[in-house]
Amino acid sequence: MSKQTHLTKELDHAVIRFAGDSGDGMQLTGGRFSETTAIIGNDLSTLPDYPAEIRAPAGTLAGVSAFQLHFGSVDIHTPGDRPDVLVAMNPAALKVHIKDLAPGGIIIINKNAFTEKYLKLAGYESNPLEDDSLIGNYTVYPVEMSKLVKNACESLDVPKKTVERTKNLMALGILFWMFNRPTEPTIRWLKEKFAKQPTIIEANIRALNAGYNYGSTTRILTTRYIVGKAKLPSGTYRNIHGNYATALGFVAAAERSGMSLFYGGYPITPASEILHTLSAWKQFGVKTFQAEDEIAGIASTIGAAYAGSLAVSATSGPGLALKAEALGLAVMAEIPLVIVNVMRGGPSTGLPTKMEQTDLLQALFGRNGEAPIPVIAAATPGDCFYASYEACRIAVKYMTPVLVLTDGYLANGSEPWRIPAAEDLPEFFPNFSPPDTGNGKFNPVKRDKKTQARPWAIPGTAGLEHRIGGLEKNYDTGEVCYDPDNHMKMVTARADRVKGITQDIDPLHVYGVEEGDLLVLSWGSTFGASRSAVSHLIKEEKSVAHAHLRWIHPLPKDLGDILSRYKTILIPEVNTGQLSLLIRATYPVNVKGYNQVRARPFKSQDIIDTINRQLD
Amino acid sequence: MGDKSMVNVKKLTRKDFSSDQMVRWCPGCGDYSILAQVQKTLPDIGVEKENIVFVSGIGCSSRFPYYMNTYGFHTIHGRAPAIASGVKIANPDLSVWIVTGDGDGLSIGGNHTIHILRRNIDVNILLFNNRIYGLTKGQYSPTSELGKVSKSTPMGSLDRPFNPPALALGSQATFVARAIDVDGKPLQSMIRRAQEHRGTSFLEIYQNCLIFNDGAYSHLTDKKTKEDTVLHLEHGKPMLFGKDKKKGVFLSKNTPKVVEIGEQWSESDILVHNEKDWIIASILSHFTYREDLPTPVGVLYAVDEPVYEDMMVDQISHAVSQNQKADLNSLLGSGDTWTVE
Repeated sequence: MSKQTHLTKELDHAVIRFAGDSGDGMQLTGGRFSETTAIIGNDLSTLPDYPAEIRAPAGTLAGVSAFQLHFGSVDIHTPGDRPDVLVAMNPAALKVHIKDLAPGGIIIINKNAFTEKYLKLAGYESNPLEDDSLIGNYTVYPVEMSKLVKNACESLDVPKKTVERTKNLMALGILFWMFNRPTEPTIRWLKEKFAKQPTIIEANIRALNAGYNYGSTTRILTTRYIVGKAKLPSGTYRNIHGNYATALGFVAAAERSGMSLFYGGYPITPASEILHTLSAWKQFGVKTFQAEDEIAGIASTIGAAYAGSLAVSATSGPGLALKAEALGLAVMAEIPLVIVNVMRGGPSTGLPTKMEQTDLLQALFGRNGEAPIPVIAAATPGDCFYASYEACRIAVKYMTPVLVLTDGYLANGSEPWRIPAAEDLPEFFPNFSPPDTGNGKFNPVKRDKKTQARPWAIPGTAGLEHRIGGLEKNYDTGEVCYDPDNHMKMVTARADRVKGITQDIDPLHVYGVEEGDLLVLSWGSTFGASRSAVSHLIKEEKSVAHAHLRWIHPLPKDLGDILSRYKTILIPEVNTGQLSLLIRATYPVNVKGYNQVRARPFKSQDIIDTINRQLD
Repeated sequence: MGDKSMVNVKKLTRKDFSSDQMVRWCPGCGDYSILAQVQKTLPDIGVEKENIVFVSGIGCSSRFPYYMNTYGFHTIHGRAPAIASGVKIANPDLSVWIVTGDGDGLSIGGNHTIHILRRNIDVNILLFNNRIYGLTKGQYSPTSELGKVSKSTPMGSLDRPFNPPALALGSQATFVARAIDVDGKPLQSMIRRAQEHRGTSFLEIYQNCLIFNDGAYSHLTDKKTKEDTVLHLEHGKPMLFGKDKKKGVFLSKNTPKVVEIGEQWSESDILVHNEKDWIIASILSHFTYREDLPTPVGVLYAVDEPVYEDMMVDQISHAVSQNQKADLNSLLGSGDTWTVE
């Protein structure tokens, strides 16, 4: 299709940002581009960024929704620092996002939305397409998208509004042409999604093709880009989002352990997709319970675990706060369950649709009494699968609640994910106590020598009738006990059991020099930006390394030794220094924090700059 | 629940349901009587004791599971209905009992109580209503009468009390009943009815707190007055009470009033109880704080409605039958995939 007149340029990676009104379908557009570019073999990372309001007033700055993706033939760890291409569907989208664009970047604009009304709503005093604010700094392509889709759908019997809504597909078509991506996967997807509405399918396909043809037949766009396949480890891949991966990890854990999966939870942004995903998998026997509130969410989860289910729940920061008391009960009664906290901007309602890492200390310490809970944090969207799977395995093996930390960026972001074979996932089994037909009195706290786990005696098992609860219990008999020495013994026993999980944790992997000037110690979603930054500086032969923590409680056994080998430990966190506080309190090392709380992921350049400042 | 386990159950006795723990309620507490009636009733319900679970929250009543030789879970304040929901959904074969009080079930746990009722999960709620906070030593409760003088309300409480059966009916309860702690036989019969009902059973038990609210129900338990103050409900029978059953409830233009059987009124004028009639149950529930009307005990309301966990099991069975090939590897590899050599 491409004509000779178009230039072709090869890139090893590129960053695109789609931005428009909340109703413009930018998440869908970005999602389609990501899926397509994944299928043809790029590595990629995405960052959806949308407002908390479902539909803020059209055309306003508050209503702008965006989706950024970074794809390439090289290892991609972050959604990219600065977009090379910005698609702006209206003046507000341009206004909000222009400042992030790389110098000389490309802007593709829906010219029809640059009306007096929308310019005014976006706070433009003059039309940026007509004044000189963009000229010379960027390559701007104003396209009459609304008009072109109208023409394309002229002969179709579709309402005007529906036609106008297809303009995102037109923008997608232009980008597909520009980056040499096929339209077929999207056409297939449209046919599946709108199976019962053939005219909607047709209108969208026409808009998509109109965009693609605009690129190929007009000579307005001068350059096409080629981004080659990435050298990923061999295997079969799919593009996966963090929340989906979390849900998948739970089902995998249930299937591998032969347990029945129960999910009790209350809808909360940005965790709800975990509930949605699991509720659609009833063919695996998954029981999902939408509770009346966050407290009932965990309370029902405790009940289901007590009765022998693999019981899990997911929430976000405010919900975790509400679950705190019940988590204490799960600690006290030694109930195995998993809670996911998809962290968002806080405190209080905060920034519901944005990411932060501000709940680490809440996860570690946010309960009354000495109530230690193992905490694991996922590093990437795909790692959410392994984190939730591992949390289930540890919960069941050690008879303890486990917290999984992800965040809004991991939850909604995506990456290519090598599909594991079920048989390769570690097996584990619930240690249900067998019935006792004799008349011996059952001891519910007779601990396993290796794991210190108490027996899991589930209701329905003859001869094991017993009572448990939230009151302190006698170390030897499990009966209610207020003795001071016994309480001290129990506090220690609960802490030691969790510490003992280190025997199940992989040694820490260090990327870069084995000893040297600086180690970046990251946790959670700062993995990507940290790894990119260190990888960049290793190429410059700097004395730097990167270690990433998945388990934060307990910390890996070898962490202290590793930290001692570097002059400076740099801990980047999207909080005011929560892991720094913990590391400083635990190891005698020189910790520097890099802390920004802007409710958005780090750019790798920020970390590179910070490392360089430290090294100077 | 009761029918399926009727076969091959060895005959148990009250003793089989008593744990080895010393009961630590105040001497003379109404809870002793309730415990005894539950322990006397359970051997006859046809459920093995390993299939019985008592879940409680916090408060005097919530110590109950420790004294039962069944599975028992003493949880946290107000959350027993939510925890019990998880237990029952995870294993619908269990007979699940919630023991709660007016503070635990109607104040801190009020939200869970109304939601379990509307879902109609097949559990039995025993709500011990003593109209006071006992374990925290004597503050007024959400069922204390307006103006209650208590430790936290020296000049009298300012909030109007909940009416538990009316609240339950308003929450779409499918079984609402009331009993009095010291009236052993009727209490046993209500425990049995609650157990037999499929769906959430709400049994309010008037319970005397000897220490902080003694005599709250003395007009219903005192031999001198109880015949004139308690209305024993029987399905299909006229609502008669009083010595020789000479008093009855007459509905005058939707307003209930007490009439004397004699010259002006005969038995045929008296309202006949129908436990399947929500309107009658609703009228009866509003007798609660009325001094001019008797206090109804027995089953106010009992209807069959779909049970939550039954429907969940049906949905899962349907999904399983529609997806014969649901296996983990195909789920892991679903959606658009590509292969890297």
